[in-house]
Amino acid sequence: MYVAVKGGEKAIAEAHALLARERRGDPAVPELSLDQIREQLSLSVDRVMSEGSLYDEDCAALAVKQARGDLVEAAFLLRAYRTTLPRFGYSLPADTSRMHVRRRISATFKDVPGGQLLGPTFDYTHRLLDWSLAGQSESDLPRDAEQEFPDPAPMPRVLDVLGREGIIEAEDRGDDPEPADLTRQPLDLPAARDVRLQNLARADEGFLLAMGYSSQRGFGTTHPFVGEIRMGEVEIEFAPEELGFPVTIGEITLTECETVNQFVGSGDARFTRGYGLTFGQGERKAMSMALVDRALRAPELGEEKKGPAQDAEFVLYHSDNVEASGFVQHLKLPHYVDFQSELVLVRGLRRAMREEESGHDS
Amino acid sequence: MSTTESRRREWMGALALADGARLQEAWDALPAAPEYRVIRGPETGLVMVRARAGNTGRRFNLGEMTVTRCTVGLGDGIMGHAWIAGIKPEHARLAALFDALMQIPHHSEEIGVTLIEPLLRDRGEHLARRAEEVRPSKVDFFTLVRGED
Repeated sequence: MYVAVKGGEKAIAEAHALLARERRGDPAVPELSLDQIREQLSLSVDRVMSEGSLYDEDCAALAVKQARGDLVEAAFLLRAYRTTLPRFGYSLPADTSRMHVRRRISATFKDVPGGQLLGPTFDYTHRLLDWSLAGQSESDLPRDAEQEFPDPAPMPRVLDVLGREGIIEAEDRGDDPEPADLTRQPLDLPAARDVRLQNLARADEGFLLAMGYSSQRGFGTTHPFVGEIRMGEVEIEFAPEELGFPVTIGEITLTECETVNQFVGSGDARFTRGYGLTFGQGERKAMSMALVDRALRAPELGEEKKGPAQDAEFVLYHSDNVEASGFVQHLKLPHYVDFQSELVLVRGLRRAMREEESGHDS
Repeated sequence: MSTTESRRREWMGALALADGARLQEAWDALPAAPEYRVIRGPETGLVMVRARAGNTGRRFNLGEMTVTRCTVGLGDGIMGHAWIAGIKPEHARLAALFDALMQIPHHSEEIGVTLIEPLLRDRGEHLARRAEEVRPSKVDFFTLVRGED
């Protein structure tokens, strides 16, 4: 039985006013604009879009500001906002082979056609605090003098190179079934790969990172190579009913990771695949997702389950930080009546024990 | 795909990828603002972005994006549509208007020259500039063979 708790309206309003003041901080310090958040905290914005499962940089910047930089809370705000909007339909599958690539690396081949492009990365930085960013002086970033570059080289997918040789499994689309949609149907097990990938794409990065890491450390059997990571912009196409043909509606930033994993078979030995794809620039998440995607394929590849990362129920039911945060944090809401009943029970048990003991003593 | 359809896809894509302010400038620069009525929207909703496992395998739902759509009608029964990423009611209304005008031959010639072609050119330049910015970070890894003999 649920017993409602009433009252506290005034205190709640005051608490929210305090929250607003804390959010603003010292009024002597200029207020952050959404443009500043979108442009200068872009990886926060990307993470919120990924875990909020809604691509809109302006909304995500607002959510980051409103949540005082709490990114899980900001993702929650986006999830809540999306429920107020009608669903127009489904896009055509985003084609990452037509990405306008800003970063592309392979850990399996050094001479990949199209080359390796480091792009904007934290890799190879020394992780020393850069005090020059502490002031307001860095307006003129060093930039190369005007250079003429040839047209961008085409960047064929690294795994396609292996695919042509037949030494990596093909991505089988079967009869291309309509994918399930977790925003419409609740998660049900066993979950097919389309459901798993949607779940992982909106999953908490920290959770995926830990799961992926655990699978590398022995709680699972993944031992992957990073075949390719690419990041850049992809144009999204949608076919409105009234037109009957697809049109480009805009472009979004995506990060993709494809892993080359442990092979199966012997005479027909073949590498297997893991796949990660995320909104925005989110390499850590895309890589973790690829690790976990591969780990979750254990049953279909006949692998023994040795760790939580291979357990679909464990991973898929605990990956969503909005759900997890809701269930963990509901504990702090009034449970007075529930607790009273437990209290009565425990006191009763103790009293019964004492009475029994004093009965023995006498 | 018919030529008309592929041309329309091209200009609708250009209008969608454009900066909304450019469309406003082009609208203000029209010699006479045409009569029109808004048939639907502008309204913002969601499109679920799909992808494929490994880019070629089974489809899956990646996550949603906000999209604003608008439909306008000109006096002579011609309808213009727009589907624009983001919460962009003005952008969508103007894009729908230009989509309608582009279907009328005497308008399309002029708007093609004054708006669509410049947008396509700017888009090409934007992509080239972005590619040029990252090009210097292209790396040549090499391995060193360290033999004993």
